[in-house]
Amino acid sequence: MRVGLFVTCLVDMMRPRIGFSALKLLESAGCEVTVPAAQTCCGQPGYNSGDRAGALGLAEKLLTEFENCDFVVVPSGSCAGMIRTHYADLAKGDDALAGRMARLSAKTYELTDFLANIAKLEAVPGNFRGSIAYHDSCAGLRELGVKAQPRALLAKMPGVRLTEMAGAEECCGFGGAFSVKFGEISAAIAERKCEGIRAANVDAVVLGDLGCMLNIEGKLRRMGDEKTRVMHVAEVLAGDPGGKA
Amino acid sequence: MHFKARAGQKLADVVLQENLRKAKSKFVDMRARAIAELDDFEATREAAKVLRDRTLDDLDLWLERFELEATRRGATVLWAKDGAEVCQRVVDIARRHGVKKVTKSKSMLSEEAGLNQALEDAGIQPVETDLGEYILQINDNEPPSHIIAPVFHKRKEEVSALFARVHKLAAKTDIEAMTREAREVLRPHFLSADMGISGGNFLVAETGSVALVTNEGNGRMVTTLPRVHVVVTGIEKVIPTLEDLATLMRLLPRSATGQSISNYFSLLTGVKHAEDQDGPAHMYFVLVDSGRADLVGGEFAEMLRCIRCGACMNHCPVYQAVGGHAYGWVYPGPMGSILTPLFAGIENAVDLPQAATLCNQCGVVCPVKIPLPDLLRRLREKQVEQRLRPTAERLALTAWAWLARHPALYALATRIGVRYLKWLAGGEDRIRVLGLAPEWTLGRDFPAPEGKTFRELYAQKH
Ligand code: SF4
Repeated sequence: MRVGLFVTCLVDMMRPRIGFSALKLLESAGCEVTVPAAQTCCGQPGYNSGDRAGALGLAEKLLTEFENCDFVVVPSGSCAGMIRTHYADLAKGDDALAGRMARLSAKTYELTDFLANIAKLEAVPGNFRGSIAYHDSCAGLRELGVKAQPRALLAKMPGVRLTEMAGAEECCGFGGAFSVKFGEISAAIAERKCEGIRAANVDAVVLGDLGCMLNIEGKLRRMGDEKTRVMHVAEVLAGDPGGKA
Repeated sequence: MHFKARAGQKLADVVLQENLRKAKSKFVDMRARAIAELDDFEATREAAKVLRDRTLDDLDLWLERFELEATRRGATVLWAKDGAEVCQRVVDIARRHGVKKVTKSKSMLSEEAGLNQALEDAGIQPVETDLGEYILQINDNEPPSHIIAPVFHKRKEEVSALFARVHKLAAKTDIEAMTREAREVLRPHFLSADMGISGGNFLVAETGSVALVTNEGNGRMVTTLPRVHVVVTGIEKVIPTLEDLATLMRLLPRSATGQSISNYFSLLTGVKHAEDQDGPAHMYFVLVDSGRADLVGGEFAEMLRCIRCGACMNHCPVYQAVGGHAYGWVYPGPMGSILTPLFAGIENAVDLPQAATLCNQCGVVCPVKIPLPDLLRRLREKQVEQRLRPTAERLALTAWAWLARHPALYALATRIGVRYLKWLAGGEDRIRVLGLAPEWTLGRDFPAPEGKTFRELYAQKH
């Protein structure tokens, strides 16, 4: 099973260790992983800002880089959602391209969805100990149906106590460019999210999207919460990303 | 003032913020309970979507059928292409029948058209009788902040003070007493009005009827007591049959207020006949286009399916944060951010389609499955095509798309970028003021990057 890992632009820039965690998890699950060296961005920022032409250019680039993999795995619900649910729309009007996009979409998975349902990862390498509440990121949840998968994987870890927080499925207010165009509203929404997190009183809030991660961590710290850890699910599941799979 | 400026004021309004928090969970929880009663909610949603689409595909035919059936039952069907024509038609009707006073039950289209003002200008007194609308009217014609709960933003203490001031009576503290007081004030109006104006939730083509869904008895008083009843509603409200009405009624009250059925449901058909106990001697329909016909068959046609339940705004994190007034026109929340630019001009509401996180909390609750985030995104595309976006944003997007297609340069730029951000953090795990994106750090920190990119680290290892 040849799996192409698309780490996403935010992981590339902000949290490389999440990329290495994803890599370790896929290898633990017995996948042969390739990481196309020239990968950049899936085109979502342009697509959501109305720049179809720019988004299409990036979609075609990603298509060429990944189309000969058996699967494409992405440690982000929103980038996986972009490829899975919106690439076909971008290629509308060009049947040949649309066909290739459809085939790419069908084999693209969000990381936990892939690990739980396709690769069927049994032994989770991570050794996190403590209580966790899971934040369901919007695109992962509502575009891809990612809900049970991360919880099922976390439940395999003996040290993890999983609790549900109020409003787990509610948007954190990130919204890509929205977070800087409407900073005040975005932060106000994040504040409500963080109130829910703090009320859950857990060691870590865990999630599957970098945008939400930066937003929630930034807001928790600004609210004076220095103790609740904000972690990507890949980091929790993989443990030390440098360690051998 | 634009959306953003108004939203800023609303965020700073402590009382409003508290009211919004309380109201939010009420609507969300009640809807969740109500739809759980239906074991085939998803199938009903799909059926409703299909039936609305099918009708809208042949809108002209169904409207003709409606006109025929309504006329056959003694009503008069008039058409209005915009708000000005709505006002003109209604004022004409009022004059023809020598009307001095009009009682009104809720009609969003009358808000769209600014009908109250037009009536007043013509020397006719409009009296809002929906409790919420009445509160707004006596508060200097304040605009509604929600399509089904017009005073969503107000708490009872504010209403109590307003009533005491306007009615010149002792302030009441409980809601029941306030409602009774409003009822007593409104009763003489109900009895003395010569004409009633209502909206219409649905128009049934096969019977020429209008369906009204309300929670207060006022709708019945408005439509049956006066000599003249005028229905003002949009052309897209027509549905073919009573059977279709039943399908939509399984969804509307549940999605709107979390009720399995509204307190009142009226189906009004034709004028009063000799054997009828009540009903108007004259019945008019003013069916309004105001931009709707242009949407048929186009890329925003799906929006016409809307049955005005309000679920999208109740579940919208932006609406929950800023309330309805920030949106600046009749329709707030996700549906408003689509309808306002479509009806008032894309260039006149540039902020609205941008003011969404595209979380799709709206799309998954919409009872007629309108893909609201897709429509918002399409409006953003229109803004780009029509060059309505700021130059800096256009440049940034173009630069990003270009850079991301040139991996070597991209690698270099991102390496420099993350090192710069790391340096800005100055040894901390966060940046407290970010000059590049000042809006981000107004209300939160920006976590610092690790300092190297994944691609460079991966290349070193492999
Ligand atoms: S868009 Fe959908 S959810 Fe919103 S008011 Fe219309 S029908 Fe209701």
